[in-house]
Amino acid sequence: MLSYALRRLAYAVPTLLFISLVLFALLDLAPGDPMAQLPLTIPPEVRADMRAALGLGEPAPVRFGKWLWQLFAVEPMALADSAFGTDLAAGSPRLISWQTRAPVMETIVQRLPQTLWVVGMAYVVGVLIALPLGIVSACRQNSVFDRAGTLVTMVGYSVPPFFSGVLAIVIFSVHLGWLPSIYDTTHRVTDWSSFTVQLRQMTLPVLVLSLQTTAQLSRFTRAAMLDSLHQDHVRTARAKGLSEVAVVLGHGLRTALVPVVTVIALGLPQVFGGAIITEQIFKVNGVGHLLIGAIQAGDLPMVQTVTFLLAVLVVLANIAADLAYGLLDPRIRHG
Amino acid sequence: MTAPAAPGRRRAIWRRLRRQRGAAAGTAVLAFLVAAVLLGPWLWPNDPGFIDVRARNMGPGLAHPLGTDQLGRDTLARMLAGGRVSIAVGLAAAAVALGLGTLIGVLAGFFRRLDGPLMRLTDLFLALPVIPLILVAVMLFRETLSRGLGPQAGIFALIVLAIGVTSWMPTARVVRGEVLGLKERDFILAARAAGTTEAALITRHVLPNAASPILVSAALGTANAIVTESALSFLGLGFPPDFPTWGRLLSDATPYLQDQPGRALWPGALICLTVLGVNYLSEGLRDALDARGTAR
Repeated sequence: MLSYALRRLAYAVPTLLFISLVLFALLDLAPGDPMAQLPLTIPPEVRADMRAALGLGEPAPVRFGKWLWQLFAVEPMALADSAFGTDLAAGSPRLISWQTRAPVMETIVQRLPQTLWVVGMAYVVGVLIALPLGIVSACRQNSVFDRAGTLVTMVGYSVPPFFSGVLAIVIFSVHLGWLPSIYDTTHRVTDWSSFTVQLRQMTLPVLVLSLQTTAQLSRFTRAAMLDSLHQDHVRTARAKGLSEVAVVLGHGLRTALVPVVTVIALGLPQVFGGAIITEQIFKVNGVGHLLIGAIQAGDLPMVQTVTFLLAVLVVLANIAADLAYGLLDPRIRHG
Repeated sequence: MTAPAAPGRRRAIWRRLRRQRGAAAGTAVLAFLVAAVLLGPWLWPNDPGFIDVRARNMGPGLAHPLGTDQLGRDTLARMLAGGRVSIAVGLAAAAVALGLGTLIGVLAGFFRRLDGPLMRLTDLFLALPVIPLILVAVMLFRETLSRGLGPQAGIFALIVLAIGVTSWMPTARVVRGEVLGLKERDFILAARAAGTTEAALITRHVLPNAASPILVSAALGTANAIVTESALSFLGLGFPPDFPTWGRLLSDATPYLQDQPGRALWPGALICLTVLGVNYLSEGLRDALDARGTAR
């Protein structure tokens, strides 16, 4: 298992390098000059100095190398410094946002909790709804429940988050007035009443984000369960006289869980992608919101870093999926 | 089986497809939407860009069946015009993705030496965070392209390319799998023995037989592209504001949700209907083709 895990991890390195290369090339090939908006009264020699200070004068491979060094070495060290009070990254230049003139990572670390709360909650809720839904649908194939469930998941699967979000606001905020449509990130939970306020403002974003997870995952769970329930070992379990619950959960679900767990792991980055839109709709002050703001402001270091972090997330989810697969299915890790 | 794509077989697939109610409903909805969008300017000849300041923010009425927006432009006309752009973007982006995916899939499946590197490349592309990357690409290249090609053609080309280049991977995988299976079949061997060149082998024998899974992924790709374009427009990084698409209309309508929820609901509902129609259609297609798979 260890060598399998190490192999997967080693495989992640070229992937990350490729992604950082794509990002760097995209930004480097792009027309447009970060100095374009500076006043024309700046003398040429000062302008040249400023270009040098921004690191724009050097050839592309050097800049790529420097960026990689900052991204993979300096920023993690700075993160460790702030976490453990060490002094590893002292003096090294950090990635600085052009908007705030502060290290990019600091802003991201400030924004991350909001995203993690909403996205994480949505994912947990989505999985918790999807698994039972898929299992029951598969056990009662072609029943009314199954048909209704299939229809609902098909609709949920087809409704993009930017529409379900707007729809949820129209229904629950505008017409019924039950829930707030704006997520207040300055809200602090101190007692029971502020906790309910937090719960209420989280409901809509979580609902919208988990809808898509639920739809995809329950469809997948249903298909996997149908596959596994028709296998011989399940028939044997039935023939042994086990109770239906034991057959379905102990024998059917166990086999079906292998692909389902991978899909759960692989779906996580997708939810973060959806979170960019959901955060925009509900005005959640998270990482997705930060990305859109940075894009509109032309803040390249911020855009680069946030996009790269999202890519890291995809890679991590892939590794997690592979590891889960290896853990659950011995044929994979020994194959 | 020497003539795999014989007309009788095709008819059998067609019959199976027609028997599925979901697929039939999906096709009907899609056909209706496409017809409405294409014939729209004749059926409803209002100019989508005409600003009537005296008829701003109107509710549904006789003169404007779906009301007007904050500048007094007719919502129905804008929906029809927007649908044309959205569907065109979807089809064009799906065509780009389909072309790339089919090319890479066929090359990987057909030539063993290319298989490893190309599939590695596919995996790398699958690890890219698609929406952020497209956002970045649009932000960086929008102005240059619109200066070069005109504001509308430029952004159209940019969005189609960005979506196409980041969504060919599933097609490539499906096509590669199909080609790997086909390559070992007897009729390919026979064609090879008859002296068919590699290029003719691919275009005349392999591709027609791999057409059905390619078709399914093309349908799904179109729906996917429409959703992605709408998401971009919704985030304000798609087409320019005076150029309606369904996503743009939805995003423009969100500030007026309180007073005119209909303005946001209509384009959103049409996006959903399109996607739903495509999903049902491709599910039906897959089932119809699956039956062939078991019969084989």
